[in-house]
Amino acid sequence: MSDTLTRLRYKYWPDHLLGEILSKRWTETGVPVIVLLIVGFVLSRLLDGFFAPAILADTARQASEIGFIVFGMALVMIVGGIDLSVGSMFALTNFFALYLMHVLAWPVAAAVPATLVFGAALGAVNGILVGFFRLRAFITTLITLIIYRAVYDLLIFDYSTQIAGGFPDSKVWDFLGTGELYGIPTVAFVYVALAIFGHVFLTRLRPGWHITAIGGSRRSAYNSGIAVRRTITMCYVASGMLSALGGVFFASRLATVGGDIGVGLEVLVLTAAVLGGISLGGGNGSVTKAVVGTLIVLLITNSLVSLSVPGGVNRMVLAGILLLAAVIDIRWLKNRHRIISKVYVAPNYHDMPELPSTAPDSGTAWAQNDKLRNVSAIGLGEIEAPEDVILDRHDNLYAGSRHGDIIRFFPPDYKRHEVYAHIGGQPLGMAFDREDNLYVCIGGMGLYRITPDRKVEKATDETNRSWNSVTDDSRLRLADDLDIADDGRIFFSEATVRYEMHEWPVDGLEARGNGRIICYDPKTNSTHTAVRGLKFPNGICIAGDGQSIFFAETFGCSVKRYWFDGPKKGKVEMVMENLPGYPDNINISSDGHYWLAMVGMRCPALDLAWRMPGFRKRMAKRVPVDEWLFPNINTGCVIKFNEKGEVLESLWDLGGVNHPMITSMREHKGYLYLGGILNNRIGRYKLEGADPNFVQYDLRWGKLS
Amino acid sequence: MRKQRVTQQAIVFAIFVVLFAIFALFLPGFFSAPNMLALLQNVAFLGILGLGMALVVISRGIDISMIAALAVPPGLVLQMVQNGYGPTISVVAAFALVIVFGLVNGWLVAYAEVPSLFTTLASGLFLAGLGQVAFFQLDVVQWPAALDGLGWFGRGGILGVPMPVVMFGIAAAIVALFLRQTRIGAYIYALGDNPFGARTTGIPTRPIILLQYVLAALIAAFAGFVMAASINSMPTRVFNSTMIYDVILVVVLGGIGLSGGRGGVPNVIIGTLLIGTMLNGMTILDFSYSAQNLVKGVVLLVAILADSFLNPRNEETAQQGDI
Repeated sequence: MSDTLTRLRYKYWPDHLLGEILSKRWTETGVPVIVLLIVGFVLSRLLDGFFAPAILADTARQASEIGFIVFGMALVMIVGGIDLSVGSMFALTNFFALYLMHVLAWPVAAAVPATLVFGAALGAVNGILVGFFRLRAFITTLITLIIYRAVYDLLIFDYSTQIAGGFPDSKVWDFLGTGELYGIPTVAFVYVALAIFGHVFLTRLRPGWHITAIGGSRRSAYNSGIAVRRTITMCYVASGMLSALGGVFFASRLATVGGDIGVGLEVLVLTAAVLGGISLGGGNGSVTKAVVGTLIVLLITNSLVSLSVPGGVNRMVLAGILLLAAVIDIRWLKNRHRIISKVYVAPNYHDMPELPSTAPDSGTAWAQNDKLRNVSAIGLGEIEAPEDVILDRHDNLYAGSRHGDIIRFFPPDYKRHEVYAHIGGQPLGMAFDREDNLYVCIGGMGLYRITPDRKVEKATDETNRSWNSVTDDSRLRLADDLDIADDGRIFFSEATVRYEMHEWPVDGLEARGNGRIICYDPKTNSTHTAVRGLKFPNGICIAGDGQSIFFAETFGCSVKRYWFDGPKKGKVEMVMENLPGYPDNINISSDGHYWLAMVGMRCPALDLAWRMPGFRKRMAKRVPVDEWLFPNINTGCVIKFNEKGEVLESLWDLGGVNHPMITSMREHKGYLYLGGILNNRIGRYKLEGADPNFVQYDLRWGKLS
Repeated sequence: MRKQRVTQQAIVFAIFVVLFAIFALFLPGFFSAPNMLALLQNVAFLGILGLGMALVVISRGIDISMIAALAVPPGLVLQMVQNGYGPTISVVAAFALVIVFGLVNGWLVAYAEVPSLFTTLASGLFLAGLGQVAFFQLDVVQWPAALDGLGWFGRGGILGVPMPVVMFGIAAAIVALFLRQTRIGAYIYALGDNPFGARTTGIPTRPIILLQYVLAALIAAFAGFVMAASINSMPTRVFNSTMIYDVILVVVLGGIGLSGGRGGVPNVIIGTLLIGTMLNGMTILDFSYSAQNLVKGVVLLVAILADSFLNPRNEETAQQGDI
């Protein structure tokens, strides 16, 4: 009864979604948005006419003017700095625009660009000092704040009467300041346009990525060749320019050079940015965050003004919010990974039937023996992690290595070897196509191809993104094994979409169908996902009919068959279930059957744990990985099965003396070659009575002429 | 390293001497007894503040909320006594305010790990707002007669030396002893040299940072009290002035690198003398307030540029997000 409940709970409750949603960067924006909604709701209740169109339009003007400056601040903060001089630059550019318009009577088309250039120049001072001379951003911009403010004060002392006396007769200028279209102020259009551009810039364009990269880690950005100093400088220039943009609209709206313009503006802008979720210290921020932060701060300060509280309260509220937001942001950034890793692992209910016996006296084909105990070793101690082994039509033996190399051993004795090609990542399953291209699944990279003249090419590293998956499953994280159909299409398995290569034990712990089978067609160079929701799909082998593949589900302890052509196209059928071990690669044998490697054997304790998801979750949280319940990988086992799913024979190395954890095997000219992902050797076992002339790719693609 | 530090100190001292000589020769009224007294007196508050700032800067922090701590708690004492509270209860209340303020600053920096500049920028704003809203009725709080018993803190003098200068001397001696002779003082230097190293060797870094901000707030409030006694009132709008930059100037020009671990009380004294002379000279030259700010800003910029060349930031121990 309770077992049924557990089963239902884990079948229908999507535990894995919480961690996936939390690990999305956009959830960070969710919190400020919720705060904004709450603040808006509370204020609309507290104040009458808070959302009257006239008030709203006025708020939109202010929000846009300040919003420009927040964009500048956001940019500088994302690149890892801070710009406190924005308020003074705002005041100074406001003065500059008014001086040009009122005193010198320039046309708008000249005055506005001139003001923007002036703002950029002011920003460039900060930029050069911080970017090129590597001064501290905070203290430097604090000083330029004082200097610019002093200059402003000196200037208005001399020119304020002149500015107040002049009246520029320009419709365009008035339109900038007070004009509106469909009841929406001009400035708001500019703001929205800039926001859209800013979003595209930060998320889709190269300079935007550079900015985020520098903020994330200055040193890494430098090492990867980004022009760190220039980029930082340009961010401060942009901040000055955006302040000038705010100054222009402010000037055209109010035409005033009062002594308190822009005083304390930096705190308002900083509060907006931090409240929106743009992190102090860089690398984390977006346009949406800047917009939301601006709106929250403006709503709060405007409502304080309309409640006519004294200026001191305003200060206290701003400072209080600023500190609170900063503390929350810093704590969240520091503990984010810990929180996500706590909730990300979501084990599933996984019921296994009773373990079939493999005892030596069980009388089945599974009966244990010691046939693999005395295999001869190839490349002992010279190769690491040959997950798959393969032989070409010239008897050369190929194997992947942990270092991302493909190693070639030469016949006849396989004592000599060379690095055939270097790809990187972790090479896993391999297959030759008709033209002797070697296709390799690379864990962490995708599907690669090595041409006969040793050129490494990427075949594919992405597939179609499924619309209902929260985590981005378009990238290939753990391409595992492949085989090639007669028409050249390549079917390969991806073991999991939720974890990286080195985290495969965690995926096993979850026992959820996180894996899939993907089809790549070299003719059209297109990739699509064929089958989803598989429990760690692993070995792939084209069946004798040429219309279907056998594939192993490692943590499902089963072998299934998928038809990609013919009358049963699209169907998946069970071939062998409830295996006593965890199946890995599948390859053909000389007598028309199939070899299957067992990466590990089942044990009753783990079988029990599969039915206890809560227990596994606790284990994942509290116990280091090396002490988790694991399959018994200290035994080597290879079986042969036929198309009906009957086990014909089994070869063992009990206790894994010579060959534990076999992940792959290939039959070639009367021998069986054995690979293992944790082994430092390739095994060679003489098959009694096997066809001494059997060559896999002669059979598949025909003999070489 | 040692040699370099001595040179910088010497350079600043030489500049001071030259500047002083020029002013004395060419500025009428500069080298007069009343002006010298005024100079020393004005400089004394800066110097006391500089001592507090030095404590924080030596371990890579900065405290720009010191002016709020200078203005608000002493102002609170004056206001409470004016409103009829006893001097003792008023002083205790102000003392409690200072301690709480320092603790909050320190907690935010040490435990919440908010950058110190950021913390103190916001907390200073908060304290100033609090004073404006909750404590003061007027911008300038007058020294009440009931407090005259404590007036000797800032008035008169000993052997012709004005009292604020004496107070500066006493404070300097205490801070020098604290930094050079006590274990905690040594820890502060260790923290500035390499915060991670200090933590690894088992120094209780967080409590020490907490203590620093409490001490800085206490010293600032002390300076404020001496100031209030000396000018017979507390102009609470001093918070809006650029005085904090004078304090940073004192510390940086004196040769206490912002990258931490260097300098001490002698640097504060030299920096104070230079800045005091400069400010006094500009006042006599009748520079406007804005023009003075401009000059100060440029000098400060040059100073931190020079500082960043003489005491380059340690890239190995600089933290991500150290802005």
